[in-house]
Amino acid sequence: MSDIALHDVTKRYPDGTEAVKQLNLEIKDGEFMILVGPSGCGKSTALRMIAGLEDISEGELTIGGEVVNDKAPRDRDIAMVFQNYALYPHMTVRENMGFALKLAKTPKEEIDRKVDHAAEILDLKAHLDRKPSNLSGGQRQRVAMGRAIVRDPSAFLMDEPLSNLDAKLRVQMRTEVSRLQRELSTTTVYVTHDQTEAMTLGDRVAVMRGGVLQQVDTPRVLYNSPVNIFVAGFIGSPAMNFFSGTSKGAELKLPFAEVAAPDGLGEEGDVIVGIRPEDFEDARLAPANHPQGVEFEAPIEVLESMGSEIYAYFGFEGGEVSSDELAELARDSGAADVPGAGSGRAVARLNPESEIAEGDKARLWFDAAKLHVFSPGDGTNLAHRAASGGEPPSVAAEDGESRPAAPAKPQAARPAGGGEADTEPPTEPASR
Amino acid sequence: MQHRGSKDYVKWTIAIAVVVFFALLPIVWIFSLSLKTPDTISDKKFIPSDVTLDNYTTLFEGGLDSPLLRPLINSILIALIATVIAVTLASFTAYAIARLDFPGKSAILAGALAIAMFPQISVVGPLFDMWRTLGLYDTYPGLIIPYLTFSLPLAIYILVAFFREIPWELEQAAQVDGATPWQAFRRVIMPLAAPGVFTAAILVFIFAWNDFIFAITLTSSDASRTVPAALAFFQGDSQFTAPTGNIAAAAVLVTIPIIIFVLIFQRRIVAGLTAGAVKG
Repeated sequence: MSDIALHDVTKRYPDGTEAVKQLNLEIKDGEFMILVGPSGCGKSTALRMIAGLEDISEGELTIGGEVVNDKAPRDRDIAMVFQNYALYPHMTVRENMGFALKLAKTPKEEIDRKVDHAAEILDLKAHLDRKPSNLSGGQRQRVAMGRAIVRDPSAFLMDEPLSNLDAKLRVQMRTEVSRLQRELSTTTVYVTHDQTEAMTLGDRVAVMRGGVLQQVDTPRVLYNSPVNIFVAGFIGSPAMNFFSGTSKGAELKLPFAEVAAPDGLGEEGDVIVGIRPEDFEDARLAPANHPQGVEFEAPIEVLESMGSEIYAYFGFEGGEVSSDELAELARDSGAADVPGAGSGRAVARLNPESEIAEGDKARLWFDAAKLHVFSPGDGTNLAHRAASGGEPPSVAAEDGESRPAAPAKPQAARPAGGGEADTEPPTEPASR
Repeated sequence: MQHRGSKDYVKWTIAIAVVVFFALLPIVWIFSLSLKTPDTISDKKFIPSDVTLDNYTTLFEGGLDSPLLRPLINSILIALIATVIAVTLASFTAYAIARLDFPGKSAILAGALAIAMFPQISVVGPLFDMWRTLGLYDTYPGLIIPYLTFSLPLAIYILVAFFREIPWELEQAAQVDGATPWQAFRRVIMPLAAPGVFTAAILVFIFAWNDFIFAITLTSSDASRTVPAALAFFQGDSQFTAPTGNIAAAAVLVTIPIIIFVLIFQRRIVAGLTAGAVKG
């Protein structure tokens, strides 16, 4: 009843810049949808357009089947949680939570009842008569949530609600948000730049870059078959390693090894190969008799032991990758999080029992079945049809509808060498 | 640390005492003058040897025809009306300037500033002529209008600064919560801008209350003459005595409303109402 749909929604500012370009997204009733991407990717703008705080330049937005483009925020029956909570400082917690109901002229007893109920869910009963300035960050965050749930709206919109909390509290509140949403099963759109939040919270995750939707699917599909190098680099922590390689017939040449090319790669020439840190292992501890396991030797430069796992940074030569997408990821997260981005260094996540030491030339192993191969031209995934998992590309998987035309789906037979100059990934029409 | 804290405290106390002494000395002197009899008024003594309240009582002799009562009422009404209008208009203007992007925004602010800096003496002459032609001479509006002209810019500047400090998210939160723009302004923005509104109100009131130049030029009778102008028309007991005592007494009296006004509102001004709106 309260699904949200965006059709070709575009946000253009007076100076001509487009913050959101032709966004197509369908959020089903009760679904927890995450909008994720680096800062400036248009995710917040998209959310604010759904809220009605930002005008829609082009396209159509429907909530519950009704076009709401020209409706004021107050007529959309949505509740929003702001990044800085935006609690009314001159009102007590009770007044803050009841403000919307008071504006709606709800009888006082009913307001009290609903506020009490919400306060109970959020464990705020003891603080109802305090002002926001006397609350801790976590409590303020809960009041902001409470203000939203008291109204029982048709959708929650959350704009980085956890980013102002310290790390420990953030993890705790993340679980809390997840539990709340499951209990209330209210349609929720949640904006974050944190891929961990995206992966753990969302039923589905929409990855955006530069105002363009890259891929929208379940966290698992995003992880296993990213449509392009950007999604691959963004999802997963530590981020995927990228190497430049050459594909030659059935062979795929990497800086440190040669492996059998994944089936259906069907392309000769330069490619970008992505390997997730967790698909590496200490060669001695590698699963035995793995058909596609490949061993190689690499100098270990830095070793970080986390207790439950070890991150080994190893160097390689002649395989550095540079691309706009990776550069943007590196900029956004601090280069340390994207070790493959042109640094000649990759990270492997090893079993904690590994005895590899810093400075060693160690034998490492990786699972060649889990390679991701991308076109160096526009960064699209060339082989996810063939890679492990066998899950179909997410964008088409959405609801089984045949996607109309889908012209910009370039994984089909690109010219060898990826000589095209365009660096922008293609517009991905999401479902529909 | 403790030691240094108390040392600072002493230093500050001394500094404040000096400033207060310096500022209050003339007022205390006037108060002393107002208690003296005509014979001792020029005896140069700080503490009156012969205390009398005659100077005060004669000010109100004769009810509405007394030298001070009617001007006092005029002063209060004119200052209050000017304050209410100025603060209301300034709130709307400042809100628009702080929140909206419209062409000519900076021109409005620059214009307001230019008007506030305009020497008042240069408009008094033309105003005198205009007001007589328009029938505004010696009326309440005749004084309220120029007061608004000069106090509005100040009020706008103060309020723009306050509105800018209020996070926009609060208003958006209110909108999402179902408030109309007016409700968001009334119930969220105004309460938070209250310290600014009161600051502006006090300054406008004081400006209108203290004004002499417009009051003396644009009035001719007790119908609209305010206290500062009325003081200039005081007469002594006889042709040969200066009304020094009466003027001192009236000066003390006109200071009192200002003090009350400031005392009432100072707590609202000081209150840091925006604390806690956003994580600090």
